[in-house]
Amino acid sequence: MSIDWFPLWLSLRVACISTVLALAIGLWLAWVLANRQFRGKEALDAFVTLPLVLPPTVLGYYLLVVLGRNSPIGHLYEWIFGGPLVFSWQAAVVAALFHSAPLLVKSARAAFESVDHSYERAARNLGASEARLFWRVTLPLTRRSILAAAALAFARSLGDFGVTLMIAGNIPGRTQTVAVAIYDAVEADHGAVARVLVLIVSAVSLVVLGLANRLTTNPFGPRQTAL
Amino acid sequence: MIQARIRKQFATGPESAGFSLDLEFQAAAGFTVLFGPSGSGKTLTLDSIAGFVRPDQGRILLDDQILFDGASGVHLAPRLRHCGYVFQNYALFPHMTLRKNLEFAVEQLPRLERHRKVNEMLEKFHLTEVSGRRPYELSGGQKQRCSIARALIAAPRVLLLDEPSIGLDAPLRAELYSALRQVREEFGIPMLLVTHDFDECLQLGDEMVVLREGRVVQCGPPRKILEQPANVGVAKLLGVFNLLPVEIRALDPGRNVSRLRYQDFELTGPYFPSRLIGDHVWLCIRPDALSVAPRNGKPGMNQLPASLLRTVDKPDRVRLEFAGDIAVELDRSTLEQFGNVKEWVIEFPQIGLRIL
Repeated sequence: MSIDWFPLWLSLRVACISTVLALAIGLWLAWVLANRQFRGKEALDAFVTLPLVLPPTVLGYYLLVVLGRNSPIGHLYEWIFGGPLVFSWQAAVVAALFHSAPLLVKSARAAFESVDHSYERAARNLGASEARLFWRVTLPLTRRSILAAAALAFARSLGDFGVTLMIAGNIPGRTQTVAVAIYDAVEADHGAVARVLVLIVSAVSLVVLGLANRLTTNPFGPRQTAL
Repeated sequence: MIQARIRKQFATGPESAGFSLDLEFQAAAGFTVLFGPSGSGKTLTLDSIAGFVRPDQGRILLDDQILFDGASGVHLAPRLRHCGYVFQNYALFPHMTLRKNLEFAVEQLPRLERHRKVNEMLEKFHLTEVSGRRPYELSGGQKQRCSIARALIAAPRVLLLDEPSIGLDAPLRAELYSALRQVREEFGIPMLLVTHDFDECLQLGDEMVVLREGRVVQCGPPRKILEQPANVGVAKLLGVFNLLPVEIRALDPGRNVSRLRYQDFELTGPYFPSRLIGDHVWLCIRPDALSVAPRNGKPGMNQLPASLLRTVDKPDRVRLEFAGDIAVELDRSTLEQFGNVKEWVIEFPQIGLRIL
């Protein structure tokens, strides 16, 4: 039995990059949703949550339309990077991002909203700008919940199937992620390959979940309420 | 010196009655106590000054700086106001050591200067030994002192304290008061303290602002307010008076005498200017201004028969509570000479009677 390890490495790389991107974009979105009052806030919230409930194929279809070679964004991407976005490994990152970021936004928003307002007031009262308040108070106080959410987002990125298939395709050695490779292996009757990959993905996911659970325990002593 | 004129209207919600804050006061260096029951707008007033809440109208001046002005739309961000704020739950950052908590407030200073300042404050508030600990490792008194030190380290021009003594036991309270008195001596800034404890007003207050339902009902030194509450509402808030509904039956300016009717009894008091016969007023008298004797035959002049409900021990005296909501306080030795008596007469002084 010879196993092609490329899908596994690709998936890990895609999940890492998409988690970093999800943190950058998701934390900002979560902060805006938790702290700012504006018209259309609930609409934005619904829009951010939508990928969680849409069937992956539907989400993939939308992304294909928006990012495809004939769309403005697709053109722009091609002009900058010299190649199309769709059906590249970068598209798999986009797929994983859209699949996992909503989860992170939801958790991070809840975490930001759970921070006792008196800490924020105290920071402002002591002369802190909004940026300093975020980096020095809000983020450290919510660090564990955020890391736990990021771990979940990582696990979810690792497991995306439908969206990836729609916009990155199934090109062995280029865009075939582990979830797609397992499907392929089962279809091609390579039971042993499928079993090994399934076990590895399960193990990685379990470790990540265990990490997330450990992170949600309370860091600031027994008397402090959960943050 | 802080001068505030604040107006804020809260809409009537489905479950909450509308509340409006409409007050004006000023506070010079020293303690000014904002006193009132819960829901009277005390904390809201502090939050308006600190900039956490934006009033609808009015103007808040700190020395010569405008913090808020409704007419011109000035509403300075909290971080630009130089108001020290001691939060009710201290609001010490739980993820920082005590030293880091203090440093957070002076981060704009150069390193050496910052270090010196933090050390100085730690020293002053007896926190040097525990400066490396996180808030959850500190005792209540240490947290309290740390929150005051943090509020003062950036040399604010006013210190705001939101019910600082709530939840502290008696020794910690005494410690807090002495720390605050020290702050008053050393910093010489206005200190605005919110409380609903009149005892605290008397212990600390240079000036006192009595709030009720978002309005100022009386201002002045606490002693003055204790001597002369502006009306029965204030007297009730202070919670230290006997208040008896009486009717004025006779007024004689020539002999400086008045007769008051309380239930079936007549009391003799001094002449009350600008009152009319037939007025229904409140007789206001402190429990320690009354005296008692065991009931013995017919009550004499200005004596009111009353049956004792219970005696309450106080640290330095005894409080007798009688039917009809009258309380008398006297020395324990005075009480002991009478023995165990149920029926008493309460004797009202003629000179000191005050009506509201």
